Amino acid sequence: MSGAAAASRDPAWLGRLFWSAAGLALLWPLGVATEFKPWVLFDARSLAVTGRFLQGFFPPAMSSEFLLLVARETWRTVAIATAGLSLALLVALPLTLLSTRVLSVSALSGRMALGPFWLRQAVRALLIVLRSVPELVWALVFVRVVGLGPTAGVLAIALTYGGMLGKVYSDILESGEPHVSETLLRNGSGRLQAFCYGLLPQNAAELTSYTVYRWECAIRSSVVLGFVGAGGLGQQMDSAMKMFAGGEVATLLLVFFGLVALADRLSAWLRRALG
Amino acid sequence: MTPTPLPPLPQPLPPPLPPRLLTARRKAGWFALGLLAFVAASFWSLDLQWAALFSADGARSMARFLGEFFPPDLAPGFVRRVVVATWETLAMSALGTLLAAAVGLALAVPASRLYLGHRAWGRAPTRLLLNALRSVPELVWASLLLIAAGLGPFAGTVALAAHTTGVLGRLFAESLENASPGPAAALRAQGVGPVQVFLYATLPQVLPQLLSYTLYRWENNIRAAAVLGVVGAGGLGQLLSFHMSLFHMNKTATVLIAMLALVGLVDAVSYGLRRLLMR
Repeated sequence: MSGAAAASRDPAWLGRLFWSAAGLALLWPLGVATEFKPWVLFDARSLAVTGRFLQGFFPPAMSSEFLLLVARETWRTVAIATAGLSLALLVALPLTLLSTRVLSVSALSGRMALGPFWLRQAVRALLIVLRSVPELVWALVFVRVVGLGPTAGVLAIALTYGGMLGKVYSDILESGEPHVSETLLRNGSGRLQAFCYGLLPQNAAELTSYTVYRWECAIRSSVVLGFVGAGGLGQQMDSAMKMFAGGEVATLLLVFFGLVALADRLSAWLRRALG
Repeated sequence: MTPTPLPPLPQPLPPPLPPRLLTARRKAGWFALGLLAFVAASFWSLDLQWAALFSADGARSMARFLGEFFPPDLAPGFVRRVVVATWETLAMSALGTLLAAAVGLALAVPASRLYLGHRAWGRAPTRLLLNALRSVPELVWASLLLIAAGLGPFAGTVALAAHTTGVLGRLFAESLENASPGPAAALRAQGVGPVQVFLYATLPQVLPQLLSYTLYRWENNIRAAAVLGVVGAGGLGQLLSFHMSLFHMNKTATVLIAMLALVGLVDAVSYGLRRLLMR
């Protein structure tokens, strides 16, 4: 009887118990720092406010006037994301070509020469700085220079996403099979040719699907940038929240949902077509 | 004796010609054309102020603006406040990511088809819920949660957790479905219950990948946590938007430096941990 009980017991239970307890002890200071009190959500007053706000969600605002406004602002949000991402590609592509190790001619024979090595390190450092500053901060900076409006949003997305795309593109290119591009380079092709005929065909599907994923992220960023005055859905959301207009908030949330579903479809289709 | 003649070799077929450009590649061509038109329409409809940016006037105001950042304010009292806010931001991102990993795993199980012939009733509705969580950006979650949770880092933590749950839940479900089915099938054939099959066969296989996804999201969330304060959810963002709106550029510079250092630190730690996991 006790033997059967012992056999069905987890042999590593002591260790698991210890690590769970240690984990909880480590979590404690995090909870203190973030004032983590979930019961705040459930006290009577906050429940009443939340309930009233959520009641406003039904029915979602569907007047033709508001829908027209939402359609216009949706286009604005998508356009800011698209324009920002195309500028980001302009930033990222040259930096990727400069920083990809596989395209180095001197690295073909042992170590990379000193000059190109430091050039690559400098480009990588630039990419790190570009993507470390959140896009909202870039936007706040550019708002001061070009004023409120979409320009600040487009520039902010261009810089942050330029840094992200540049870094990930060169990671993708370096993780692939270098044989083809190496052969091309050894036989005297230029670096751009080695890129176009060796690296690009191999990695096109992965590069494309990452770019579409980032476009989806850029749409979310462009919503967020609306909160600091770049226009678009974020600005509508901000004003609807401030006016406590639950119906408008519900419609806007539905639009977010639709945009992300659309980007998912597009990404799946492109991956199938290029895969 | 003459050798029997070999059968004649089959004539090699002529190499196939590449398909005609306008028939086979028509789809790609139209797609590229459509993409170009879409990008052009985006730029055209936005009324961008390049003149303001690239004029001598714009360059001067940019330079003056950047000049105001120097020197960063390093008074001990202010630095202490920045350090507290930095710790708050770090705690928000870490706790939010952990919560999201836990809830995401709990939702990923019903959202995945664990073996062939598994009914998985909850798959479609759970995936819908995960997509809904994911499609609302963190900052919008924060501004929604401020109503229920009040100003402060708690709202920010829950906002990060809500969006990240959607992202991680989907990724977790994908990796659970892609796990090799052998060990689980072996246990199930022995009559082991579904909970134990999951804990001892499926989960150990995918755990390194789940942890690596979680760390990757943590890198993303530290950036998000840094700006959540702009809507009042605590941390460095709150200090940043406060001092920026009052034109305290030297203090803003200190906050920005703290932000960069924090993002760099988290990137480095997460990179190191992921290297360890994947070894």
